[in-house]
Amino acid sequence: MTASASSASAAVAAVDAEPLGRRLLAPIRDGLAVAGRNLIGLRRVPRLLIFSTVQPIVFVLMFRYVFGGVVGAALHGVSYVDYLMPGVFVQVATFGAVNTAIGLATDLQTGLMERFRSLPMARSAVLSGRTAADLVRNVFVVALITGVGYLVGFRVHSSLWGYLAGALLVLAFGFAMCWVFAVVGLAVGDPETALAASFPVLAPLVFASSAFVPVRTMPGWLQAFAEHQPVTVTADAVRALMLGTPVGSQVWSALAWDVGILAVFAPLGVWLYRRVV
Amino acid sequence: MTPPAIRVAGLTRRFGSVTALDRVDFEVEPGTVFGLLGPNGAGKTTAIRILTTILRPTEGRAEVLGRDVVAHPAAVRRLIGLAGQYAAVDPNLTGRENLRLIGRLTQQPTGRLAPRAAELLDAFDLTGAADRPVRTYSGGMRRRLDIAAALVPEPPVLFLDEPTTGLDPQSRTALWQLIRELVADGTTVLLTTQYLEEADRLAHRVAVLAEGRVVADDAPGVLKDRLGTTVIELGMGEEPRAHRAAAVITTRLDRTAEREGSLLRLATPDGSLLLMDVLHALEDENLTPHTIAVREASLDDVYLALTGHRTGDTP
Repeated sequence: MTASASSASAAVAAVDAEPLGRRLLAPIRDGLAVAGRNLIGLRRVPRLLIFSTVQPIVFVLMFRYVFGGVVGAALHGVSYVDYLMPGVFVQVATFGAVNTAIGLATDLQTGLMERFRSLPMARSAVLSGRTAADLVRNVFVVALITGVGYLVGFRVHSSLWGYLAGALLVLAFGFAMCWVFAVVGLAVGDPETALAASFPVLAPLVFASSAFVPVRTMPGWLQAFAEHQPVTVTADAVRALMLGTPVGSQVWSALAWDVGILAVFAPLGVWLYRRVV
Repeated sequence: MTPPAIRVAGLTRRFGSVTALDRVDFEVEPGTVFGLLGPNGAGKTTAIRILTTILRPTEGRAEVLGRDVVAHPAAVRRLIGLAGQYAAVDPNLTGRENLRLIGRLTQQPTGRLAPRAAELLDAFDLTGAADRPVRTYSGGMRRRLDIAAALVPEPPVLFLDEPTTGLDPQSRTALWQLIRELVADGTTVLLTTQYLEEADRLAHRVAVLAEGRVVADDAPGVLKDRLGTTVIELGMGEEPRAHRAAAVITTRLDRTAEREGSLLRLATPDGSLLLMDVLHALEDENLTPHTIAVREASLDDVYLALTGHRTGDTP
């Protein structure tokens, strides 16, 4: 059970020169280990499971049946549920990113982050393992919501490929948002504050967008923001892909947002991770 | 010549205007237990966080087995195990899963993960709870799992931050035994504690920290002789009597008693013997104490002796 003197000195000899191959693989290897750990947590905490599943279902049903009548009248030729579902996908992926903030803030609070920082693991693994686990969760949620949408009348009008391309775009946006909220989680450092700090950012992003209602129904000053912000751009691109309307440059704009968000927030997150604790 | 397991030289850490560590120096010989003794806020945890690469020093150097913690943090991380003050284990994973995760993150061979986890669960008496999520564990069980996690990679240098805080007496004794076994096999242990007794039982050498400075650094036996392990407290009833009694003790026994109001306090390595002498001397002078208490020296007493003020006081 104990370290023998010989194995201790062998360990001492090996620590200074790590083979290049191992060093290059370390971020993936350690990221996967942390992601696995986070996915187990997701399965075992009912609160997170409900947050991930019940809440999106409620959104689908509520918008479909409560607002559907009013908003549907403002749409020309598209049924509201077909308009709504791409928006709900994006909304779910955006709200779900709060999970990243809460998860990291919890690890900070429990001291687990401190232990990770003393381990010979890749510096990026705590963050990449967290966001990768949240990406897996989003795959599951998007599939679930697609099923619920089908039950209430949603149909893909393009093709299976159109649906899959749209779903991938949703996942890419969700992943980018996870890095934004990774920064929030590390910056505030406790789960309650992380949740409280997230909502004022999330609500305008999701609701002042084309996710649930067409932007042209909003006042002019709001349209200027709503037209160009990433939730609208992504929701419009996903909608075009799934409904089979002309796609144009929307997909590229959406991807540009994802890349731009990641380029800013991923390095910022890793930098914060090195400093906090 | 092999380097010391741990070397700290001129180590200083400031947080804004607060100096948590102030030019701290100490060395730890390989295969020994080094105790950092001090109350909360003395800088013990800051020292451990710097040595485990979690925190950077403001000034000075810290090395683990000859590797500088700032210049070669990755090498240091492969040599150390850390059990911090808070049980840093994932509450949603089972005990076994926690240990396997640490095994993976310290690059243990895949085939070693399961047997190593089982060994440690057994050694820490957690086999029965091994497959339950940690959030169902008691505080003591979490602490034990946390220490087990630090041992997964069989680190040559182990840092334990107040390892027995929150443990019941039985677990504490078991942990002491385990630390002795690790050290017998060549591991170096740096532990922090608020208990003089713990440092005395385990450590080969003890540094006492007060407000970020090392105020004593010696073998515990030497410290005990200097500071006394037993404290005799005599309640004299009134201050003038206490004054007179203190004078008697000085002239007849060549000892210095501290006075606090009507209370006299004597620290000594030979408690019962001195007590007899003191009582005889006082009786001769018609100064029989109203109350007598004999107790183990506390950290507070050590502090009082070394720094001239109590642990809670500001200087």
